[in-house]
Amino acid sequence: MSRPEGVLRNGLLPEPLIFERGAPGRTGATCDPGEVGGPAPADVLPSGLRRDDGLAGLPEVSELDVVRHFTRLSQWNLSAATTLYPLGSCTMKYNPVVHEAVVRLPGFADLHPLLPDAWAQGTLELMDGLAGFLRAVSGLPGVSLQPAAGAHGELTGMKMVRAYHTDRGNPRNRVLIPASAHGTNPASAALCGYTVTEMPANDFGILEVDTVRKHLGTDVAALMVTNPNTIGLFERNIQAIADAVHEAGALLYCDGANMNALLGVAKPGDMGADVLQFNLHKTFSTPHGGGGPGAGPVAVSERLEPYLPTPRLVRDPKGLRWSEDFPKAIGRVRSFHGNVGMLVRAYCYMRTLGGDGLTDATAMAVLNANYIRAELSGVLPLAFETPSLHECVFTDHDLAATGVHTLDLAKRLLDYGFFAPTIYFPLVVPGAIMVEPTETESKQTLDEFIAAVRAIVAEARETPELVKEAPHATFVGRLDETRAARRPVLRWKPPTARPTE
Amino acid sequence: MRYTPHTSAEIDAMLRAIGAQSVDALLAHVPEALRTRASLAALPGGIDERAMRIEVAALAARNRTDGLAFLGAGAYPHFIPAAVDQLASRAEFATAYTPYQPEVSQGTLQATFEFQSAVAALTGMEVANAGMYDGATAAAEAVLMTQRLRPGRPLVLVARALHPHYRQVIATYLAGIKDVELVEVPYGPDGATPLPAADLLRRASCLVLGYPNVFGIVEDLAGAAEIAHGEDCLLVSATTEALALALLRTPGAAGVDVAVAEGQSLGLPLAYGGPGLGLFTSRERFVRNLPGRLVGETVDVQGRRGYVLTLATREQHIRRERATSNICTNQGLCAVQVVVYLSLLGRHGLASVAERNLRGAHALAERLRGVGTLRFSGPYFNELVLSLSGARRRWQHALAEGVVAGLPLGDWYPELEDTLLLCATELHDAAAMDRLAAALAADAAAPAARAGGRS
Repeated sequence: MSRPEGVLRNGLLPEPLIFERGAPGRTGATCDPGEVGGPAPADVLPSGLRRDDGLAGLPEVSELDVVRHFTRLSQWNLSAATTLYPLGSCTMKYNPVVHEAVVRLPGFADLHPLLPDAWAQGTLELMDGLAGFLRAVSGLPGVSLQPAAGAHGELTGMKMVRAYHTDRGNPRNRVLIPASAHGTNPASAALCGYTVTEMPANDFGILEVDTVRKHLGTDVAALMVTNPNTIGLFERNIQAIADAVHEAGALLYCDGANMNALLGVAKPGDMGADVLQFNLHKTFSTPHGGGGPGAGPVAVSERLEPYLPTPRLVRDPKGLRWSEDFPKAIGRVRSFHGNVGMLVRAYCYMRTLGGDGLTDATAMAVLNANYIRAELSGVLPLAFETPSLHECVFTDHDLAATGVHTLDLAKRLLDYGFFAPTIYFPLVVPGAIMVEPTETESKQTLDEFIAAVRAIVAEARETPELVKEAPHATFVGRLDETRAARRPVLRWKPPTARPTE
Repeated sequence: MRYTPHTSAEIDAMLRAIGAQSVDALLAHVPEALRTRASLAALPGGIDERAMRIEVAALAARNRTDGLAFLGAGAYPHFIPAAVDQLASRAEFATAYTPYQPEVSQGTLQATFEFQSAVAALTGMEVANAGMYDGATAAAEAVLMTQRLRPGRPLVLVARALHPHYRQVIATYLAGIKDVELVEVPYGPDGATPLPAADLLRRASCLVLGYPNVFGIVEDLAGAAEIAHGEDCLLVSATTEALALALLRTPGAAGVDVAVAEGQSLGLPLAYGGPGLGLFTSRERFVRNLPGRLVGETVDVQGRRGYVLTLATREQHIRRERATSNICTNQGLCAVQVVVYLSLLGRHGLASVAERNLRGAHALAERLRGVGTLRFSGPYFNELVLSLSGARRRWQHALAEGVVAGLPLGDWYPELEDTLLLCATELHDAAAMDRLAAALAADAAAPAARAGGRS
């Protein structure tokens, strides 16, 4: 066996599964088991508790097998380090190289989470410093760095909302969410036991205070809003909405996924938010990692501060230490203290940029998005003409006659060497294509992207089949997703049991 | 302004194309009152890369990792071969997005499929998902899953000997949202968990056991599975030290329904406890109830093998409020790191490291025989509970010598005040063990004057 098809595929080497490489008895790394003496496993573990399959099903490969395998696999990915990633709603900016060096300093990487606080003061100072930065940009006084991802921050935030209302004698049972919200918002509310009421935006794509009032009641625990919303539009009525929400005894949850548009422009605390999650991997340039790890710290208003997860970082004369002494806290939302490796990267980013650099980042993100919006608005229709911030949403409805859809445009962009924008989202826009270039892209790169979209729209009118059958230049062609779901194959299994060495 | 590439000429050209007077004008639709208050001028200004590195390196240097720590308790120091970090941190893996465009994400997708396969093999379970946040949240998601599978059962049974963080996170996830009562099952004199009475099992959706548990003791999962299944109660095992599974009877072979674990031991640095990685596995028949993400095999238009995210109808972005979980970003890169580690060590390397851990811990117990006694008699892997008089005082004394003598277990279990939870891995050699033994023994001879208490 070895190479399927045996030849280069679009310039890249094919590679079987790691389980299909190697030979019985081969290994890439080992360790001397008897180095310090001690009994053999069979002498101290009763046979009923001992594994007896020789770890069948795990690979038997050399270090070089492993190096080639994962190097080849990596080359089959597009990434922010290889190309523009114009994803709307999921800021994909450049990930500075220096962060990868800093986070691997032994002082950070080898630190056990249960060491005495006095032994971890460097990391604790960094975490406290990061919390301070997050307070400054959000305008909210309380911060927990514990949640492991944005959606985990949402869950944590809604747990606090529930604890707050329960403390007042009624947990309430309903949460209001605009139709354009991220899919995680309703799921997070539901995981906290709430039913969700969806609310429409007005003809300009934003929420009206009257719409909110109509849905408010004493059974509403919170309104979850994203600002700027998922169309990139600033919710201009936010302060009036916050007032209405608070008058009804409810709280305002602000989804912080779009903070890349707000640094130095508007603070959620000033808008009346009670709780906000940060997506450090979006706003503060920690790598997305093919889907994590992210980090989802939460910031809260004074009224929610008693409910923050524990342990919390407190400062006393001897330095920083962890404290559990918060009787109203919702408790722990994960082991230990958070995705600290991500916190280190985000701290480095904020420290390097400073207040002026963060403000500039937002300004350039807005400039880049508006440039694309202007240059492409004659090519694809905009979903809304309302002024937008860091992302812009187009639709495919001009191409109806050609049979080319949003998905096809996205796939054809892959042939041009760009990652695809977010498609079919937000759900409220039919055939949506959502572009967020971010601030780290140059005019030159944006011009190349604009030219590619123009070319593809022209192709759609002249040779629609070319677009509908795209991608043509990628490592694999369009994949049969229906088959994957109907007959799930979720793991490799040995063809026949191999003998134990 | 470190990473924005714009020259002033480019900014002018872009503004002309937009038809705007200034960048500021693009923000004019944000209410003025908000904009004025949002200034970040009070924050310190930016600094260059070199200055930042010096500053942050000084913070790293304030952490003490020079000492000898015999700490486990949910996070384990292990050797990581250089190839693991080098391969997993390739920018094509690190800076990619969730693989929603599979044609240009086959690297992440195939690696994730291999991760699922390797984790299923390690745990002996039929299916594995692709990475939850950590072991504790995976345990909480497992409990929620058993509540979906066994609706109407008002109890969740959790061993007191399950890692306290796992118990706490389960409690947080369940708090106030369901009519479910968490019932703690006490541990026995050998450190293992005796099975709860049949009437409790009959009303419970699941029983959650540590494997090994927080005391390092290997629970009898097969016995528990038999009794629990007799009452139609599901058995969940939660492993904080995944390397133990290379030597122990697998949860799958023992009949466990959902097996979760913390994956940090498999090639991830300690990093002060995060990011870690939750491993989540189950029986195949529960696959549509799994939380989180799954990668499946399929073919492309030319019939070539390829991989896609699948069964997403369970996921947050499709079913929304009826989703099995709200997880969106999980721990993709950590999963890649783990599958590289599992590939590199493979069947034979993994067994050798696991054996070295077990031998080391037992050798350590032998060396400490004059200092204290094993608190529990059950079998253990690389972690043990040592009873000794004045445990906290002696721990403090050892600390002053630069040795962290594990965790004073009284922090978590008041009834175990005079014990230390010690862990030895392949990083602890004979000299390190001698230092620990000497540091703990020296104080035994000294007059007991020093004040106790953790700093």
